[in-house]
Amino acid sequence: MMAALTALWQDPTVQLVFWTLVKLVVVLVVMLGIVAYLTYGERKVAGHIQHRPGPNRVGPWGLFQPIADILKLLMKEEFIPDQGNKVIFHLAPILAVVPALTTFAVVPVGPNFMVTDVNVGLLVFLAMSGLGVYAITLAGWSSNNKYSLLGGMRSAAQMISYELSLGLSTIGVLLLAGSLSLLDIVHAQQGVLQLGPLPLPRWFVFTQPVAFVIFVICAFAETNRAPFDLPEGESELTGGFHTEYASMKWAMFFLGEYMNMITISAITVTLFLGGWSGPWLPQSLQFVWFFVKLFAMIFLFMWVRWTFPRLRYDQLMALGWKVLLPVALLNVLATGAAVYWVGNR
Amino acid sequence: MIPILFLAFAAVLVVSSLLVILHRSPVASALFLVLAFCSLAAIYLLLHAEFIGLVQVVVYAGAIMVLFLFVIMYLNIGRDVESGVTILLRRALGWLLGAALLAEGALLLGRGVAPGPVAPEAVPAVAGNTQQVGLLLYSRYLFPFELTSIILLVAMIGAVMIARGRRDAGPAPGAGSPPAPPAGPEPNGPGTPEDAS
Repeated sequence: MMAALTALWQDPTVQLVFWTLVKLVVVLVVMLGIVAYLTYGERKVAGHIQHRPGPNRVGPWGLFQPIADILKLLMKEEFIPDQGNKVIFHLAPILAVVPALTTFAVVPVGPNFMVTDVNVGLLVFLAMSGLGVYAITLAGWSSNNKYSLLGGMRSAAQMISYELSLGLSTIGVLLLAGSLSLLDIVHAQQGVLQLGPLPLPRWFVFTQPVAFVIFVICAFAETNRAPFDLPEGESELTGGFHTEYASMKWAMFFLGEYMNMITISAITVTLFLGGWSGPWLPQSLQFVWFFVKLFAMIFLFMWVRWTFPRLRYDQLMALGWKVLLPVALLNVLATGAAVYWVGNR
Repeated sequence: MIPILFLAFAAVLVVSSLLVILHRSPVASALFLVLAFCSLAAIYLLLHAEFIGLVQVVVYAGAIMVLFLFVIMYLNIGRDVESGVTILLRRALGWLLGAALLAEGALLLGRGVAPGPVAPEAVPAVAGNTQQVGLLLYSRYLFPFELTSIILLVAMIGAVMIARGRRDAGPAPGAGSPPAPPAGPEPNGPGTPEDAS
């Protein structure tokens, strides 16, 4: 019996599956922890931007607020609309969380930690961000509520429009790195870029600034965060696609939104900000840089949300199709020409 | 391990494909088609065709099916209409085309041939698959590739012209005759998404 178990344990496939599962559990637990405290962080940031203290009653500096919130959500009454499609109504919150978590499997957190290095990692990200639309669209439709349906429709149109520019803006990075693997993309950003007298890290944000700006704008739209939160639009759609959701199902959408924000920030860090590369720290601690950059990006998300007004719907579409898409296409053309010119010099 | 995974995904693929045509609710059909695309992508991944597999998800599941769903929800199509001559015609045509396709497949399988060179070069099984696809696409298959792009462009311009022409009240001058599905804002009954599929 023991011998058989030892033999099984020695099997490389079993080893691979086991360690991958361990890594997945670590990612899941860390993500849940981060999400819980991001809600606190967001309320604190929002509070200070609006010149008020934010949550400060539960525990020291309000640090136990997320726990209280989770308990409150668990206790709440679950409501299921009578006329809606019940199967899809239950499915939609799950679909909100899964794509965000799946993408994290290909993000290189540190030189020694990533769940798996896929040679098409960038495409995994694009595929999963494409599947993220379904959660909101289906939630809106299955609730059998006009406001929900409008929210779902808006989200489908918005995400389709911005996905194009999102994908096109990554092509510049792809051309420079010459690989779809996110690990290779991070490796391509090591070292120093000498710009005249100014030594800069060789991050793609400096060689692809236009792509970076487009990517970040599209990231706001893809995560449905203000100023692109038209699918929710409290003031006009009474909550939008999640009007009919309550209790833990609503919490799943909330979780999905925050996980999407973390994931897309992590991808931004990987593609444009050099991933885990940074000075001073030894190899084993370089993941700290990853988290520093990640939280800087997340802070940017919050900052933008609480300082910019929401766009009007036609402005949103015009921005996506008439500004971002042509600029992203031109950027691809210019980068291609530059790569060709440098390669043939 | 890989044969087991293949069988599992193949089973999901077959069952979900059957449910696409057998389910009564259009939204459920569309969702099962998404599931079918995803399991097909998984089979591609098992064959080490990572690029094709993920592009399958990006394009079909992530973009095209979202638009299908959008149209189905926008027109608020309920259950399939079960009477009338159109449904009979549609069904007959479907059986005919399906039988033809099945016969074609059986014939090719019996002869043991596939249309065109399946693997002209030994495809490296580990990495560099994306480069291989790119190289072949832009060298050997450049002409079909460009031709496909032009056909898609024509269809796109046609759709825009049809949509514009309807709003301006009158046939738009110079509109070609590509049989693009009516993408206009006015719904013309529950026929539209079925025709597009």
